[in-house]
Amino acid sequence: MSRLKTLVANQHGVQPLRGGHALCQGCGIPMVVRTVLSTIDRPAVVINATGCLEVATTRFPTTAWTVPWMHVAFENAAAVAGGVEAAQRALRRRHALPADEDVAVVVFAGDGGTYDIGMQALSGALERGHRFLFVCYDNEAYMNTGVQRSGATPFAASTTTSPVGLESFGKAQQRKDMTAIAVAHHVPYVAQAASTYWHDLSVKVERAAAVDGPAFLNVLTDCPLGWGHEPRTAPHVVAAAVETGFWPLYEVVDGAYRLTYEPESLQPIERWLEGQKRFAHLLRPESAQLVEAIQERVDREWAALRERCD
Amino acid sequence: MIAAEPQLLTGGEAVAHALCQIEPDVVPVYPITPQTPIIQTFATLVADGAAHTEIVNVESEHSAMSAAIGSALAGARTATATSSQGLALMAEVVYIAASMRAPIVMAVGNRALSGPINIHCDHSDSMLVRDSGVVQLFAENAQEAYDLMVMAPRIAEHPDVLLPVLVCQDGFTITHAAEPVELLADELVREFVGPYHRADALLDVSHPGTHGPFAMPDYYFEFRRAQADAITAAGRVIDEVADEFEGLTGRRNGALEQYQVGGADEVIVALGSSAGTIKDVVDELRAAQRHVGLLKIRAFRPLPLRELRCLLSDAADVFVLDRADSPGGAPPLAADVAFALAGEASRLHSHVYGLGGRDLHPEAVRDVFLQRAPHYVGVRGDECPA
Amino acid sequence: MSELMRWDELGPGGVVTPAESPRPKTGDWRTNGRPELRLDRCVSCLLCWLYCPDSAFKLEGTTLVGIDYDVCKGCELCVEVCPAAALAMAPEADA
Repeated sequence: MSRLKTLVANQHGVQPLRGGHALCQGCGIPMVVRTVLSTIDRPAVVINATGCLEVATTRFPTTAWTVPWMHVAFENAAAVAGGVEAAQRALRRRHALPADEDVAVVVFAGDGGTYDIGMQALSGALERGHRFLFVCYDNEAYMNTGVQRSGATPFAASTTTSPVGLESFGKAQQRKDMTAIAVAHHVPYVAQAASTYWHDLSVKVERAAAVDGPAFLNVLTDCPLGWGHEPRTAPHVVAAAVETGFWPLYEVVDGAYRLTYEPESLQPIERWLEGQKRFAHLLRPESAQLVEAIQERVDREWAALRERCD
Repeated sequence: MIAAEPQLLTGGEAVAHALCQIEPDVVPVYPITPQTPIIQTFATLVADGAAHTEIVNVESEHSAMSAAIGSALAGARTATATSSQGLALMAEVVYIAASMRAPIVMAVGNRALSGPINIHCDHSDSMLVRDSGVVQLFAENAQEAYDLMVMAPRIAEHPDVLLPVLVCQDGFTITHAAEPVELLADELVREFVGPYHRADALLDVSHPGTHGPFAMPDYYFEFRRAQADAITAAGRVIDEVADEFEGLTGRRNGALEQYQVGGADEVIVALGSSAGTIKDVVDELRAAQRHVGLLKIRAFRPLPLRELRCLLSDAADVFVLDRADSPGGAPPLAADVAFALAGEASRLHSHVYGLGGRDLHPEAVRDVFLQRAPHYVGVRGDECPA
Repeated sequence: MSELMRWDELGPGGVVTPAESPRPKTGDWRTNGRPELRLDRCVSCLLCWLYCPDSAFKLEGTTLVGIDYDVCKGCELCVEVCPAAALAMAPEADA
């Protein structure tokens, strides 16, 4: 059966996240949720950090979730997940849960709840070796609260707290390499993926869900509103991130790096910058030096990554 | 472990033994003075197989309470411990634990909030989460700390309650001071506490539910009203559990303890270990024919306001001793007692004492009764009455 | 306008089950028409089903059978990714 048909079959006729929620028209997140949860072929519970996904899908008394789901706060999804995971072990040990039932613990958090306010709890959970899957839907800003810059926002992107202006070119800092931070915790599986590269993501989810320990997936996810593009151009926008080398697709299995997709040749970074209003200012002639700096850094990091993969 | 002779145990060790006998499924925990003897003793007991508990050594107290919510709502009996800055750091999550109706039991070694940083006793940490909707029980000594911890899961997990229960004991004064403590037999504790079963457990995957929703102005108030009902029910449950515990042990740890309150013209109201000192002064003054008494509060939340009013309204003077302050306003316990006594003829006197571990001496307690103590009792520079 | 619950009807923690939950009709967000599905062209590749942010695509087994217009917000992603030209935007049926 094709992978896509397997995803359908794994749902057993029920979408884990059904329609009727308040996520934006064309939001990139549900596709990630669907790919992740429908790849895992055993029951799962979802721990969701505060953010777009959580707020828009659970306005009381409605819920769009058909799987067990919990939200506690913004920065602690990984800690909550650790508690659920420990509970499962304890309950199974005293026979309060079916012995043959193995519930996957899956965290969904945005980049804010992963790179910034969520980083401590994530780090602790990774270090403690809980058996869980942490999925960051990285749309590169605090979107739910109005597109404010986060530690994941790319250099020179315009956000509402790093806006382009007469004396500003957007975010002045480079983004964190959260994937590398996760790798530094020496966990069994870490990967970088992208929302519309669903096949690659699904394979990674399968590997992540199979490890006996923590797994971290950093999934680039488009945000039409925050990035400034028509929803239907998402596949092209996300592809630009991957084809320019801005967002490489790779996995790190027990510390060993492997590229899971290698473009024949990297597209120039302008292809990533065009088509998104948050980068529109960089296409002006006076921004040439900034674009050069961005290109140079992408090239350097791509080369370093390729070396790690060899 | 069979209860025979009383054992010499610190309050910290006593609650650790209680936890061992309760045998929670999961204990997520982070160290902070003066709670460390609790978690260290417990960890040693678990390491020796005396209890089979998943101890999760988290990376901060915020994560301890967060993991505790995950665990408790997943269907596992859960406990933790903290003090002071730890309680402050997890305060956000304590509120959430109450609103999500997570029956987490937490040992608190009451310690002053920074700043300055101070590791000794006062009640400012408990007061920080006063309004969070959690149950707060205060022990006078190591025996009470043990007793209240054994009672705590029954209160927390009662279907009408389902709230976190904090078992508070004065840092160092109780946590680190050894006293004779009668432990119950393991089987008795196990029977008394019973099993934990969560009706809508997250890990019950055949009945999926959404926990921790987003509530707009059309629903938030109803959630909070329901919580208020739960903590009111806790008042009744505390009485029931105290009665049952008394049947087992002869010791009744009810919401209030009256010490010579009957016929008293002057009554001190207080929380925690200073009750012991105050009782001594009450005895001394009673022997000198002064009609004084102590109303010791064990259940600070829910506070039995009606009972308070009943017991205090005959006193001409009521002295409330707060081991915490609310700068610019009324100290927390005084505010509650004033509320309880509204309209009654009793004169209310408020004092703040013991901040940052400053001892409360018998002479100071005498000065309080004699109405010659300043508002801030025992601080250098304020010798004149308030 | 549905009846709002009283505080004593919430249940501890206000846990919501999917069965109890209303399903808001977010289809009324659409302003630019609706996607029409031509089943004669559809090859059930399921890409639309995968991409749809609103889980609007209805399946029977692994065959695409229709669109739930109660939840479709009209983002046009399905039109964009369909390899068989089986989807196109059209005016609302009741316009």
